[in-house]
Formats: sequence, C-alpha cells, structure tokens
Amino acid sequence: MTDESKIGFRPEVVLADLVACPTCDTLHQMPAGLPQMRARCVRCHRVLINPRKSAMTNIVMLAITATVLMLAAISFPFLTLQSHGLMKKSSVIDTIMAFSDGIMLPLSIAVAALIVVLPLLRLLALLYALAPMAIGWAPAEGAEKAFRLAEALKPWAMAEIFVVGVAVALVKVAGLAQLTIGPAFWAFAALVLVTVLNDNFMCRLTIWRTLEQRRTPH
Amino acid sequence: MADAGTAQNPPLTARQAGLVACHRCGRVHARTDDTCVRCGARLSSRDDTSLQRVWAWLFAGLVAYVPANLYPMLETTTLGRTADNTLMGGVIELFIHGSYGIAAIVFIASIMIPVGKFVAIAYLAMVVARGDGRLAHARHRTYEVVEFIGRWSMIDVFVVAILSSLIQLGSAASVKPGIAALSFALSVAFTMLSAMSFDSRLIWDADKDAVA
Repeated sequence: MTDESKIGFRPEVVLADLVACPTCDTLHQMPAGLPQMRARCVRCHRVLINPRKSAMTNIVMLAITATVLMLAAISFPFLTLQSHGLMKKSSVIDTIMAFSDGIMLPLSIAVAALIVVLPLLRLLALLYALAPMAIGWAPAEGAEKAFRLAEALKPWAMAEIFVVGVAVALVKVAGLAQLTIGPAFWAFAALVLVTVLNDNFMCRLTIWRTLEQRRTPH
Repeated sequence: MADAGTAQNPPLTARQAGLVACHRCGRVHARTDDTCVRCGARLSSRDDTSLQRVWAWLFAGLVAYVPANLYPMLETTTLGRTADNTLMGGVIELFIHGSYGIAAIVFIASIMIPVGKFVAIAYLAMVVARGDGRLAHARHRTYEVVEFIGRWSMIDVFVVAILSSLIQLGSAASVKPGIAALSFALSVAFTMLSAMSFDSRLIWDADKDAVA
C-alpha cells in the first residue's frame, strides 16, 4: 500500500497512526510499523509510548503476586501490642472496624474501600483486561471497560500509603508499649514494592494501542 | 531520548489541526466524533467545565480542612484522663518527645502538603483562566507533583485508624478517633478530585511558542 492511497481514500487509517499527547494535545505521527522504542512528546516530554519486551506478561505476573499478597495482608495480624500483661493483635479488619460506631461509620467504609476493596478491584480489573493478551489470546469481552476501571481506580487504591501509616503508628506507640510486627506488615511492604514495579511497567497509551491492535487483527 | 514519532515544528495540536484527541489514550478523531473508538472515552477537544469543577472541589476541600484543624483527630484516654489531640497538637507532641523525623513526616503530610496543594491548584487555575502562557513546563511540573502527592495526605487518617484499633487496653489506655479524622479524609478526597478535574491541556494552550 502506498502512502498516497492511505491519505487519499482512507482517512481513518491516517488518524489511527496519529497520537495526540494527552497532556498537551500535540500531534505526533506514529505508524504501527515503526521501530519499537520509547517516545516522548516533543513539547511537554511526557512518555507517549513505551513498548517493552514481555511487558504484558510482567504486568500480569506482578498483578497476580499483588493479589496474593493483598489477601495475606488482610488475613494476618500486622501489629501485636504488649503492655502490662495485656496483648492486642491488630489486623486490617480491626483497623477498618475502628471507626465503626455512630457518626464515624462512613469513615470506616471509606478506609475499607481505600486499603482493601479498591486495590483488589483494580488488580482484578487489570488481570481481566490484560491476562488473556499475556498468554496470546484475543482480549476478553469488555477488556476496554475493565482497563478503564483499573485506570480510574489508580489514585484511590491506597494500600501502599497504609503501609507508611503503619510505620508512623509504630513509632508513635513505641514508647508506650512493646510492639511486634506481624506477617501482614511484611506482606503489605512487599505489596508496595510490587505495585511500584507494576506501575513502572505500565504505559497507558501503549496498552490502549495494543488492546486495539489485538482486537482487530490486520 | 529518542523520539520514535515525528511531529510538526513548531508543534501542532490536535485542536489546531481541526481534530479531537482522546485525553485517555491519545487516539485522534474527526471533530464530529463523540466517543473514542479505541477506549470508549467521551471526546471533548477541551473540557470547558474543567475550571468550574476545579474551583468547586477546591472550595469543598478548603471548607473541610477547617474543622480538620480545629477538632481533635484522636481522643486518648490514659488512666481515666482524656486528652484531645488536634493535627498540630500531635505534631508538637511528637516534636517534644524527640521523634523529630516522624514529627516532620506528619507535619509535611497533614499541614504542608494540603496547604501547598490548595495554593498550587488555585494558582494554576488562575493563570490558565487569564490565558497566561509563560512557564508552561514549570506549571506542568507543578501540576504533576500536586497530582502525585495528593493521595499521600491520607496517611494521617490511616494512622488514626491504626492507633484506634491497636490501643484498646481497657482502663490503662484507649484511643478513639475524633471528628477531625472524618473531615480531614473528606478534605483530601475533595482536593484529589479538584486536581483530577483540571485539564492539563489548558496549561499548554496558552503557551505562546505553539501559537506562532
């Protein structure tokens, strides 16, 4: 196919080869057959495309790891407090229930959502959208919707912020009583690492392009 | 850094080319399209209501931040005596106890970041509304920092939740969350929504280099 026929008769082909930077709206021409390398916006320097070898597989593996860690982090106690012969174990569920009486109930629900429900939902949505592609299948039905959900949840999934909160609480109480870190804390800490790694692998624009290409095989 | 794609010089925006770009996935469409064929997002060349929503959420965040500072975050009962801890009170107490590092973290997360965010968002919304096109790079960096850092303010709410669940030692010591925890959480959420409502393309539209 010559360039002329693309421009003359099928304008949508040309549009599909264009990428507009979501940050500053600058147009770039990026035909699908281009050599696979990282590209930044010429104007605002945002990364436009970041193709990595086996990025899909890595993202899916890390998402599975994160889900397992998440389940461990919820079910085990993350701190044990000992003082004057009294012992108190605290798990994530206990923390959520801390606000559960009266006027603070909405806060309890919000905390539950931010540290457990939304991170888990985001991971599952990510897996649903990308796992079939990672093993070479066509994207599942509604993969676009799932990926959109995962992207929308990103700022609200705050499991990693909770870990830093645990560390701060640890120091605050250190003088009062003897504290021991439970297994859930380490699960959470590992979760933070995995989440950071995963976000590093994810390039939103690249994934959207890949989703579209896999959906309509040329 | 290699640029794999090619662009016009000076840069041409999708809007100037008479096209509409998807803000989510970068797919370019004709002006007449209203839904992105790639990701299904609603298309709009510029979000006209962006600044209105930015201001609305920002004011909501500011209003919620006032009681967050005035009312207690924590109600600590030690051997029958109850003490209320406000945000700033907690920082001062940590400082007096000699935990300078933690005092600094809490101070930065619950005082400096929220206030800095209010100022930064208001500044960006004002210069963009004026059509002031200088410093686009610096302003965009500011916006990115605000968007990245906003959610970390939630740390304080989590600390309150952890302490309240952990310190339940009967009459010896117990901790209850205060009403400020709720308004602080709301303030952080509102400010996050304010930053998300901001259409970053507005920063670049005013950039004089591109109009030439």
